[in-house]
Amino acid sequence: MGISNYQMSSVISLLPEVGLLVLAGVVLTMDVLLKDDRKHLIAVTTAVGSLLIILAALMYSQPSGDLIWGGMVRDDMLAFVFRLAFIFAGGITAMFSIGSKELAHRGDYYAIMLGAVIGMCFMASAADLIMLYLAIETTGIAGYLLAGYVRTDDRSAEAGLKYFLFGAATSAVMLYGFSLLYGLTGETNLGAIAPILASGTVSVSAICAIVVLILVGVGFKIAIVPFHFWAPDVYEGAPSPVTGFISTASKTAGFAVLLRVFIYGLAASEYWLPAMAGLAAVTMTFGNLVALAQTNIKRLLAYSSVAHAGYVLVAFVAYSELGVASAIFYLIAYVVTNLAAFGVVIVFAHTAGTDDIQQYAGMSRRSPYLALAMLVAFLSLAGMPPLAGFFAKFYVFAAAVKADMIWLAFVGVLNAIVGLYYYLVVLKVVYVSPAPDGVGSIDIPATCKIALVVLSLGIILIGTASSPWFNWAMKAAQDLF
Amino acid sequence: MTASQIFFLLFASATLVAAYLVVTVRNLIHAALWLVASLLGIASIFVLLDASFMATVEIVLYIGAIAILIVFAVMLTRRVMEDVGPQRTNTWWFGAILAILFFASASTLIWLTQWPTLPEGDVGNTVLILGKSLVDPSKYVVPFEIASVLLIVALIGSIAVALPSKQSE
Repeated sequence: MGISNYQMSSVISLLPEVGLLVLAGVVLTMDVLLKDDRKHLIAVTTAVGSLLIILAALMYSQPSGDLIWGGMVRDDMLAFVFRLAFIFAGGITAMFSIGSKELAHRGDYYAIMLGAVIGMCFMASAADLIMLYLAIETTGIAGYLLAGYVRTDDRSAEAGLKYFLFGAATSAVMLYGFSLLYGLTGETNLGAIAPILASGTVSVSAICAIVVLILVGVGFKIAIVPFHFWAPDVYEGAPSPVTGFISTASKTAGFAVLLRVFIYGLAASEYWLPAMAGLAAVTMTFGNLVALAQTNIKRLLAYSSVAHAGYVLVAFVAYSELGVASAIFYLIAYVVTNLAAFGVVIVFAHTAGTDDIQQYAGMSRRSPYLALAMLVAFLSLAGMPPLAGFFAKFYVFAAAVKADMIWLAFVGVLNAIVGLYYYLVVLKVVYVSPAPDGVGSIDIPATCKIALVVLSLGIILIGTASSPWFNWAMKAAQDLF
Repeated sequence: MTASQIFFLLFASATLVAAYLVVTVRNLIHAALWLVASLLGIASIFVLLDASFMATVEIVLYIGAIAILIVFAVMLTRRVMEDVGPQRTNTWWFGAILAILFFASASTLIWLTQWPTLPEGDVGNTVLILGKSLVDPSKYVVPFEIASVLLIVALIGSIAVALPSKQSE
């Protein structure tokens, strides 16, 4: 006990989180010191700082695979990959925030977002119920605040309140599940819980109840049917950079928890796999069918992100190394792609002031490059080769077929076709419909331009050279089995 | 039934009744006072569990600070003390059915399950153990620090949300 267990390597493995905390402090100080006309530097600092943290983590914080800090955190490849993805998403979101008039110059906004990123990093690495719950709450509370940040806008306030009420209720249910788990096993560490559950001393009905209760909390985070009710309203009402952040990073963090808790902790999969397969099919189908009817681009992306959560669940229920690796690969591709899609939405609303899909008419003539970025992002979301989304779906369905879940892969492919339709409808409006009279070109802020270029290149790079990325995901998946 | 079980049922039902009244009474001050009653019930359950420090914290922090703060905040900010809107939505019966089902299945589960119990006996100086665990790198120091990050984020956020923005001045 005590200081003897303290090791330098444990400190270094938390380097990204410490870096984020320092960055948040720097951002807050800049908010006080800078004059109003130089406040855009805060966003630049957040983005550059995130990039430096990623580079430092790659150089110094390679995962050891051990349980560290008294078993609170598992320093493995799975956590490492997800943490880098969250920090990347945070940096990109900071760059896009320049495109939002209400958020761009508020240092406190960037600090809270960095707080959310810290929470997400710990969601990915937590190996103990106490650590996990605190990480989920840190992410959650920062998320509620960000969604309701624009107080002058009633819809933002509504989004914040709705997100908070749903989040508080589901998190209470999940906490009850955690307490039952602790009461039955006497352990809070997921690694210690797994063998106790496998030994058969805990009754089947109790395990089922725990699974359902925890799934309520995680299902809220990843917005799967039937815990998706908040998603469309929150996505529509929250400021667009925040929506992009919640729909990518927060959802991915939820999936990191799902993988960690269900595969590493509740390894007795026979209790929950069939139910999860059903949820995956319902989530994909519901998300895609409802997305067909949307006229607001943020609501469309909200329902499409529900559908994407369904695809990841397909990979999850394949319950194999290949399945988990394809889920991780899908999530990385989804973060990059969906951030690009929301980036386009932010930039468009910056000039046009609307999220109505009909207003996108003739965007290709108003700004060919923005339309090109949208084309890349939406085709990748639809799963067209050679973009990231295609290989992501390909690996997911391959994993399902290999696990003898051919029906699920079939439902997934049918859904991908429905998805293709509504993504193409939007692209048709952008490229074919004539622009309304009297609208000029679209002004793209410099940081948004850089972010869109990075993301578009990322989508193409992950798609055309997918094997190194997939090998990374495979290495991460091996940590769970 | 042992004495401590009787006391537990007594305190637990008092907590539940008070919690129910928090959300149903229309006067905000009354709701805050019922909140105090419900927190007091939880504190007494901590006492039954031999967690005297947690019970003290519950009373000093939750009742002494937070609930009183709520009372003051209500009195200082709201001119309307009485909530006049409808208290139920149209689909309240659906929520009620779900809640009853949840309660029924949870209590059946608790009833049927064989719960592992700790051996009776002196648990030692709980305050000392708690204090040491919170700063021990091989125990709970990381969760402890994350809790501080969470609180700072909440603090900054609540100030940012509550203060009037520069544009609206």
